[in-house]
Amino acid sequence: MNIAMNEQVSEQKKRIHPHKFTLWVGLASVIMMFAGLTSAYIVKRSAASWITIEFPRAFWYSTVVMLASSLTMQMALRDFKQRDMAKYRRLLTYTALLGVLFIVLQFVGFSKLWKSGTTFEGSGEGQFLYIIAGLHILHVLGGVVALLIMFLKAFSAKKKNYDAIPVEVMSTYWHFVDVLWIYLFVFFLTMA
Amino acid sequence: MSNEAILHGSEVSTHEAHHDGHGEHHHHETFISKYVFSMDHKMIAKQFLITGIIWAILGGLMSVLFRLQLGFPDATFPWLENILGHWAKGGKIQPEFYYALVTMHGTVLVFFVLTAGLSGTFANFLIPLQIGARDMASPFMNMLSYWFFFMSSVVMVSSLFIQTGPASGGWTSYPPLSALGDASLGSKTGMDLWLISMALFVVSSLLGGLNYISTILNMRTKGMSMTRLPLTIWALFFTAVLGVLSFPVLLSGFILLLFDRHAGTSFYLSDIFLASTQKALPNEGGSAILYQHLFWFLGHPEVYIILLPAMGMVSEVMSTNARKPIFGYMAMVGSIFAITILAFLVWAHHMFVTGLNPFLGSFFVLLTLLIAVPSAIKVFNWLTTLWRGNIRFTPAMLFAIGFVSLFISGGLTGIWLGNSSLDIHLHDTYFVIAHFHIVMGVASFFGMFCGVYHWFPKMYGRYLNNTMGYIHFWITIVGAYLIFWPMHYEGLAGMPRRYLDYSGWASFNQFGGLNHFISIVSMIVFAVQLLFVFNFFYSIFKGRRVKTENPWGSNTLEWTTPIHPGHGNWVGEIPEVHRWAYDYGKDGREFISQTEPISANESEHH
Repeated sequence: MNIAMNEQVSEQKKRIHPHKFTLWVGLASVIMMFAGLTSAYIVKRSAASWITIEFPRAFWYSTVVMLASSLTMQMALRDFKQRDMAKYRRLLTYTALLGVLFIVLQFVGFSKLWKSGTTFEGSGEGQFLYIIAGLHILHVLGGVVALLIMFLKAFSAKKKNYDAIPVEVMSTYWHFVDVLWIYLFVFFLTMA
Repeated sequence: MSNEAILHGSEVSTHEAHHDGHGEHHHHETFISKYVFSMDHKMIAKQFLITGIIWAILGGLMSVLFRLQLGFPDATFPWLENILGHWAKGGKIQPEFYYALVTMHGTVLVFFVLTAGLSGTFANFLIPLQIGARDMASPFMNMLSYWFFFMSSVVMVSSLFIQTGPASGGWTSYPPLSALGDASLGSKTGMDLWLISMALFVVSSLLGGLNYISTILNMRTKGMSMTRLPLTIWALFFTAVLGVLSFPVLLSGFILLLFDRHAGTSFYLSDIFLASTQKALPNEGGSAILYQHLFWFLGHPEVYIILLPAMGMVSEVMSTNARKPIFGYMAMVGSIFAITILAFLVWAHHMFVTGLNPFLGSFFVLLTLLIAVPSAIKVFNWLTTLWRGNIRFTPAMLFAIGFVSLFISGGLTGIWLGNSSLDIHLHDTYFVIAHFHIVMGVASFFGMFCGVYHWFPKMYGRYLNNTMGYIHFWITIVGAYLIFWPMHYEGLAGMPRRYLDYSGWASFNQFGGLNHFISIVSMIVFAVQLLFVFNFFYSIFKGRRVKTENPWGSNTLEWTTPIHPGHGNWVGEIPEVHRWAYDYGKDGREFISQTEPISANESEHH
């Protein structure tokens, strides 16, 4: 029976871990949500009374911050796998801080835009940006919360955790919100 | 990752926690952890089912109330005022309340009963049991899925009790009615609660769907290849795929709607003069058609989210009770797949008369009519499965056969409605009502009943009462046809839906008698559903006990578990699978379980 069990385990090891797989399906679902919004944007773009905006510089800075946070996340994953826990915790902190900084910069951009006269009135590029980038912020915020939980777990003295799966799931999600923002940013810049 | 590790959580991965493969757990369970915040997929399934039953009673009761108005437009019912207060002033249902009733009836039945109640129940119950898994990939997410559904239900129910009443702009909630609080009573707080409730519902169904997909793809037992899966699992799999990819788009549509309602954006609004406030609105540049695109991009897949689980269960129950292999297994799988793909490509057939470009419309006609092909394949396969079978007419089997009958009747009128030119006449008439109630509403209910009668013994270890089952079946099927068949004629005559009173119209008051008749039948059918509900709850406690593990002589894995399976489903190891699920009547044997190895002088079904 032990041999049968081992066979079963090894057969299952070839497959992708269910939690990772669930994440990918979940990401597909998030992609559909943003695809719905960006296709609504494309439809509206050809309508009369479409108003475009000038992008505040803050959005360029936030893009750089987002890219940097992906880098620190990847380094955190590497350090976790090498059991360098002090560095892992530090890099997790950096990632979370960069995530917060990204959100702050997005709001700086929003307020610049708002002050320049683009409010919720109407349905042009600006209004779509508020909503689409706002929803993206919520996804980043979810990631920051998850990072904090992982950070606290990494301090737990009772449980030594060697399972890299949660960290891998975390990093995949973080890279996803990064790539999602790049896509959205390029989309807004090119589809004005 | 092994099933055991999923169940125990993967906190401890330093030593592989495989003692001697005991799957049955005896960890201490309190009332709360067993019945309320349960993580056992079987208990969650029952929670979905019973919540769904409560919703079905409410939603059905709403239809009885508005049929009362439609069938007896001149009569007054003083007792209605006692129950409903100012909504039924003088014993007559008020127009605003009539709209609220039809809106809530649609919302409740489509989402809360036939989506959550149907796939929530059977995906949870059958997926782990039939693929040979101890539980879902993430039991915790599964529990969350139910509780989001519960919260969504609470919000929706609470909207029934507020002063301005629940949402009343139709289950599709088209703007501008849904976007402007001043447009009608139901556009006020009721609409907000509707949107909040639906947003929670989307979260619930995403959490559920993610779990179903990843469980089916990752947690099958040894030997359970995808082509050995029972058709129920295939159907539930594609249902989950549909939900995961289309519900988020609905959420996008709702978010834009919320901003239009409360933040002053104009995504859906343009050039509006409001009669109630005598004011011209500043909104410019929006388009209500945009909402319709976003809504129907979910809305159409939604009808298959409702129908596919029913199809899967019907295939399984039919093969089991015809004592014959399902005819054309791969064709069945292929046609479910084709329906899933096409479901995403036909949404604009709901919008033929909205000013959609007729050239674009012709593509949607073609794609819509293409759905007839996989549908016909499925019907053909069901009929050939029945052909010369040793049919056991259990209540479940009757409902399965009834499903096929309804699916044919309702499907054929779909070919009419799929034509954009015919739709000019038929759009928003009773013909549409008749079509979708038969093919989606009643047919899916039949699939659900078929599943409940068939798997009740596995759920509760007792049988449902057969006599009540037969009465339930015959009155329901005859009643369903008597209610909805005449509506086709009303629709062909051009009788529009959503009207409170037709008696003032010379063209439609000829149908007065017919409406009267439909209303009476619908009350009888509703009463019979209460008989089913009685049967259900009575049998949980007093039904005839199940004495054997496999009462239907079925091949699938759920019947290899104990009569009352614990959390973990199998005592000892999960059985290994050696063959497909449909070896009935093979080599002179009535049935051969999936767990039985292929013998030396036997060839495997391919």
